[in-house]
Parts: sequence; C-alpha cells; structure tokens
Amino acid sequence: MAFRFRQPSVLPGFGLTMGFTLFYMALLVLIPLGGMVLFTTRMSFDDFWSSAVTDPRVVAAYKVSFGASMIGASINAVFGFILAWVLVRYEFPGRRIVDSIVDLPFALPTAVSGIALTTLYAHTGWIGRWFDMVGIKVAYAWPGIVIALTLIGLPFVVRTLQPAMEDLEVELEEASASLGASRWQTFRRVILPTVLPALLTGFALAFARAVGEFGSVYFIAGNMPYRTEIAPLLILIRLEQFDYLGATAIGVVMLVVSFVMLLIINVLQWWSRRFQA
Amino acid sequence: MAGVVSMRHQSGPGRASQGKTEPAPVRWALITIALAFLGLFLVMPLVLVFTYAFNRGLGVYFAALTEPDAMAAIRLTLITAAICVPLNTVFGVCAAWSIAKFEFRGKNLLITLIDMPFAISPIIAGLIFVLLFGARGWFGPWLIDNNIRIIFATPGIVLATMFVTFPFVARELIPLMQAQGTDEEQSALTLGASGWQMFWRVTLPNVKWGLIYGVILCNARAMGEFGAVSVVSGHIRGLTNTMPLHIEVLYNDYQFTASFAVASLLALLALVTLVVKSVVEWKGAREHAQAVREAESEQS
Repeated sequence: MAFRFRQPSVLPGFGLTMGFTLFYMALLVLIPLGGMVLFTTRMSFDDFWSSAVTDPRVVAAYKVSFGASMIGASINAVFGFILAWVLVRYEFPGRRIVDSIVDLPFALPTAVSGIALTTLYAHTGWIGRWFDMVGIKVAYAWPGIVIALTLIGLPFVVRTLQPAMEDLEVELEEASASLGASRWQTFRRVILPTVLPALLTGFALAFARAVGEFGSVYFIAGNMPYRTEIAPLLILIRLEQFDYLGATAIGVVMLVVSFVMLLIINVLQWWSRRFQA
Repeated sequence: MAGVVSMRHQSGPGRASQGKTEPAPVRWALITIALAFLGLFLVMPLVLVFTYAFNRGLGVYFAALTEPDAMAAIRLTLITAAICVPLNTVFGVCAAWSIAKFEFRGKNLLITLIDMPFAISPIIAGLIFVLLFGARGWFGPWLIDNNIRIIFATPGIVLATMFVTFPFVARELIPLMQAQGTDEEQSALTLGASGWQMFWRVTLPNVKWGLIYGVILCNARAMGEFGAVSVVSGHIRGLTNTMPLHIEVLYNDYQFTASFAVASLLALLALVTLVVKSVVEWKGAREHAQAVREAESEQS
C-alpha cells in the first residue's frame, strides 16, 4: 500500500485545524526552544562544559534541585499512596471535598503557596515555632525546599494512582485471602505489584515537576549560593548579570533532563497500560 | 505536566466489601494520616493566606487592593489573561479536533510536543524569549533599532504566559473527544449539516464541560504564573508587575498584610477553579449516567 499520511475520513476541517495547530505550536514553542539550543553555538564546547557542568556553584545547585526533588517525590509516593488508597477504598465524611482539595496545587499560584509556606514554617510561624523549639530550621533552609516541592508534586502521585487502584480486581484479593494470606501479605504480593507502574509514573511526574519548580522554592529557600540555591534560580541570576551564555548552558542541561524525564514517563505509562491489559 | 494525569478524575464511592478490607483501627489510622498530611501541606497554607490578609481589618485589606500599584498589577494580569486564554483556547479546540477525530502518522509525537511546556521549567519558558528578543538575543539589535520593546514590557509577559499555559485546553479536550468518537458528527453530516453547523450543534455541546474546565484552569495558571513572568518582566512597578510579581515586591518589602491581601485574590481564584472542576465532574457524571440509562431503555 502506498504511504498515506492520514486515514480517509468524511469529517471536514483536518487541513485547517492541523495547519493552525502546527503553525501556532511552531511559533510559540518550537522556534523559541530551537532558538535556545542554537544559542549554544555562540560558545565553544569548553565554555559550555565549564559553565554548565563543572562550575562548582552550578554543581551545587543541581545537587540541591535534584536531591530535594527526589526527597519530595519520595514523601509524595508514600503519603500520596495512602491518600489515594483512602479516597478509593474507604467511605468517610467529607471524602468528596478531600478529593477536590488534592488538585489545589494545580490551581494555586506558586507565589501564593511560596509566601504562605514561608510564613508557616518561619521560626515565628504557626508550624515553624515548634520546629524552632527543637532547634530545626525549616524555612530559609534545605527542609523548606523539600516541603515546597512536596506540596506541588502531591496531585501527580494521587491522580495517577487513583485509576490504577480502582481497576484492582477485588477477586484477586479475595483469592489471596482465601488461600490464607494475611492482609499485609496480600498488600505486598498482590496489590503493590499491580499498582507499581502507576506509582512509579506518579513519582516520575512529581519529580519532573519539582525539578523545574521556581515560584514556591524562591520564597522559602533563602537562596544562599552553594547551599540553598536551585538550578532554575541560578538561570535567573545569570540572566540578571547579562550572562546569556551561562544561563543558556544551564537551561539546555535542564531541558535535556526534562526530555529524559518525559521519555521515562512515556515508557512507564506504556508499561502500566500493558499491565492493565 | 499536569495534563499527563487526567484531571477529570474523581473516585467513586469506596467499594471494597467487608471481610477483605483492613481492620477498622488500620482504616481509621490511614484516614487520619491522609487527612493530617493534606491539612498540613494544603489546607494550612490556604487558611494562613486568608488569616494574614484580614488580620488588620477590612479597611487595610481593601486599601492594599486599591492602591495604584496593586490596581496596575491587577490590570496587567487581566490584560495578559484576556490575550492568552482565548488564543490558547482556539489552539486547544483546533488541536483536539485534528488529533481526536482523525487518524494520522506521528500523532503520539504531536501529543508529546504539545505536552512539552508542562515538562519545562517556567524559568526556561522565560529564558527562551529573552534569548529571542532580549538586548543580546537573536532579534535584540533589530528590535532596538526599530524601537520595539518586548522583553521588560507587556508583549514579553504575554508570550511567556502563553507558553506556560499552552497545553491546558488541548489536554482537557483531547481525551474527551477521543472517547466520544466520530459517530455523532458523521450522522450530522449525513443529515445534511454543514461543517460549522456540525461543530456548533454537535461537537461543542458534547465537550462543553471539559472545555469550560480547561479554560478556567488555563485562566488560573495565566493569572498566577510567576517564574516565567519574573524572567521577562524586569519588575518595573506600576508598569510590568503582574499580581504574582506584585505579591513578591510587597513581601520582600515586609508589607505582609498587603502581600497576603493580593495573594488572597489569587487563592480565591484557585478555589473557584476547584469548585468549577467539581461541578464539571458532577455534570459530566450525570450526563454519562443519563446516556447509559437511555441506551439501556432503547435495548429493552
């Protein structure tokens, strides 16, 4: 059969809508992103390497960004799992409202959650004062970054897990119980392996979102170079110094990380679809 | 990346029967842990915003919202959203129509490309436009010669916001339209409807709730975007400060009450977005149930 770009259809409007879609996307997304990648041709490879990979301040920022994102996503994997389980399996007063509130980080501007968390966890804040009494500094320190990144990642884990948990076949759990497994054994051997792809997808989504996050972290981190400075902030600092090349170099590294995460997430989703089939 | 997760999801009632669920103490312990976690991370910050906004009385609250810089920030935010949301809505409808109703090669690649702005840091969203239009960017010298300002001016803010909110409407509509298939549209055409009649009378009514939620979410994100906008704005008070940037300026000036007053407006917008989402899901579930009932009564 000859190569055919599109299956025939009686519906009208494919040319118009596809044309506009590609035109708009090229103008707004592809050309600007391509412009950034092309910008790296203005520097030598050694310059790129030293400003994006070996500069100690940049390396420290990567460590803060990736480390805190990893911990935030892990916290979300544990508590998001419990939250999704409770929402799918149990009946309790206010369940619908709780289910709606989970989406709050999607809708709440990061600047708002940023100043709210900072005020909450500062040493005089509602929660921060209790940590202060035991000598733990949360706001303007590393734990604050983790808290901000946990907040924004939560809905990704819960919303990815919920459909997978609803698809669990209760019969399998019954079979497991009738064969003498304890509830804990059923959970570990039957439930967890089945929802594992969804859990990993949610973890990856929360991690990817956290690595790029700027607004909420900017307020709570304290932004001390080498210690609580995240990679996106360092891009902004380089730009304010009119160091376009330095900013571009870090930006391209972050872009590559985003692409890799997108790839991993797609593979995970393919895996979980195969699991469900 | 929000779109990778279906945002139109709501759990049905808890359906595990007795006997194969956890013992009651475990159940209540898990519910307590879940609620405590949610309260600590989501509810407390929200309560704090409103408490701090009103803690010096209504007079101070409204004074903070009506002073000239705040008014200018609110105006700029509204202008930005008024440009971004309609454009991204038109794009979303076009993209959803071509992707959901037709089969063609490279569809998955196209969907991944549409998702890209979700995966990219908002700082990079700002950076790419500085590299294009900034003083030392690709078109910078030409723009300076012709006295056109994009970066540190409204066009830059609009562009960065458009980039960040680019996928929202499309990601809401694509799965919805895919699930609905093309039968109803084909019937409309067979009965003699023109393309536009089919779109306005069949397609649009079918997806209206999903479209409304996509638009509302796109709007909330457009009004609340901070990272991308702070790269391109230059923080010129009264001129290029949007509401989130105004919140930052006030907060760094230790004007906490005023800062939380402006923040409370955006928090309110977020709450309205969540309520709309719940209504949309409720309507969607009701219409779905009705369709199922009708199909069953036709069969009997």
